[in-house]
Amino acid sequence: MAVLLAASPARPRGRLQALPAFIFLAFALIPIVALFAGGTYLVSLGSRVMIFAIAAVALDLLVGYGALISFGHAAFIGIGAYAVGILSVYGITDALVSLPVALAVSAAYAFLTGVVCLRTSGVYFIMITLAFGQMAFFTASSLAPFGGDDGLTIAARNTLAGLPLLRNERAFYYLVFVCLLGTYLFCRALVGSRFGRVVRGAKENPVRMATIGFDVYRFQLLTYVIAGALAGLSGFLLANATEFVSPAYMSWQRSGELIVMVLLGGLGSLDGAIIGAAAYLLTEEWLSGVTEHWKVIFGPVLVLVVLFARGGLIGLARGLARRFARA
Amino acid sequence: MPDAVLHLERLRKSFGALVVTDDLTFDVMPRELHAVIGPNGAGKTTLINQISGLVAPDSGTIQFAGRDITALPAHARAELGLARSFQVSSILPGFSALENVALAVQSRAGSSFRVLGRAAAEAALNDPAMAALADVGLAERAHVPAGELAHGEKRALELAIALAMQPKVLLLDEPMAGTGREETARLVELLRRLKGRFAVVLVEHDMTAVFALADRISVLIYGRILASGTPARVRADPRVVAAYLGDEME
Repeated sequence: MAVLLAASPARPRGRLQALPAFIFLAFALIPIVALFAGGTYLVSLGSRVMIFAIAAVALDLLVGYGALISFGHAAFIGIGAYAVGILSVYGITDALVSLPVALAVSAAYAFLTGVVCLRTSGVYFIMITLAFGQMAFFTASSLAPFGGDDGLTIAARNTLAGLPLLRNERAFYYLVFVCLLGTYLFCRALVGSRFGRVVRGAKENPVRMATIGFDVYRFQLLTYVIAGALAGLSGFLLANATEFVSPAYMSWQRSGELIVMVLLGGLGSLDGAIIGAAAYLLTEEWLSGVTEHWKVIFGPVLVLVVLFARGGLIGLARGLARRFARA
Repeated sequence: MPDAVLHLERLRKSFGALVVTDDLTFDVMPRELHAVIGPNGAGKTTLINQISGLVAPDSGTIQFAGRDITALPAHARAELGLARSFQVSSILPGFSALENVALAVQSRAGSSFRVLGRAAAEAALNDPAMAALADVGLAERAHVPAGELAHGEKRALELAIALAMQPKVLLLDEPMAGTGREETARLVELLRRLKGRFAVVLVEHDMTAVFALADRISVLIYGRILASGTPARVRADPRVVAAYLGDEME
């Protein structure tokens, strides 16, 4: 893990960022491609990828830039999703209410747990975030009025200011697209800002940061809250995409999958988190069609990526690009 | 006599049975360069760690600029104007030299909770950082990742970080450790230039440097101050010669 966490330099700005431009262009074009092939299946798969990419980008903020390995990130997705589900039980089905509630509740959970988690570091941080994640999972499982273990079916997607906009698959897709783009641009600005520089510095040498005069804890806590709220946004979208919420959204396996996405794509670049989410979900989709035991194949592939492609897929791509540039 | 900017009163610290700071009382005057010398294991680094807030004393008080800071965490002491360097260079290896110093400027400037705007492009941070780098002779190396700097350059970078904090008191823990003769001479020259801007507590084994720079020297042995005074008096003190300087001067 230490090797993977080693470096996340601030990237130089000024020139056009080819990779993110390509990623977002590709996402923007998917519904158009779907007109000719794939249909709504492709559009809803694309939505799903982008929804998890939002959570993965938020997790990269913690793991890649702050060296805070959160093993309970799925809890925030679940909390965002349950906000939508529980509100709909009470007849509140407009996104203008449910979205702010989803963000506020997940941010509040991040704040309350972060206050405790961030007193620890290293393995203890991993364990305690896992514990809080499981706490959310078991709480959701025991919510009998809201489906308990079985989860909760949502009658219909949220309306947006009274309009049934999200019920159109393409409109919903572009809403998710805007959310991902906004998340990405916000996080990109964040890591380059004064605030982000302190967070990155604390990852490199927390003692030095303290003796320069920074109360590292406060900066990490705010980062944790931001990452939690963004995962809550992802949960809000997920509940609307599936019209269903379940405790499984918060399981530790799901938290583990998010870490895998970020590692697979490449830590500390934000682009990598999006690529990793796409690679993970598309591989899952494809392999699970081939065989029920798809994880038997996926596991070794992941090991190979971690062993031979330091810096994940994005590192691999950069290495290849460099080789081509030289040739 | 003016008030001391840093005052330690009956400070005590032990690690298990080992007493490393033994009822120590110690003063630093404004703008004074106060050297602390002593054999290995005398408790010099532990003393610096207690002053900067990385190690809590068992008893006693630390007063800084008229305030009791004994219970304050390290970052709060730094904010009040207490800067330090480390015996083993402590820098941010993945950041450029300039960014290392710009962070110190940023800390001084406050408002580090700004989440928008690109910090690396802010002249308000980079200009003072560049000035501090120029002060220590690192201006040309500003954009090199700090981890790739030579050993002596890292020592200079630590000084630049401390300078950028505009400290009232600077704690230097063996700034010459591991540097070659030429680099040592350069660092002595630099410290001589900086002397008088703020108070300095200098822990150092290089006696040539200490006697060239210090206004006052305290000799620390087994956590106690054996003698304290001007360089001439300390050098002439028979107890000091017997306990420490005897071997060191030969």
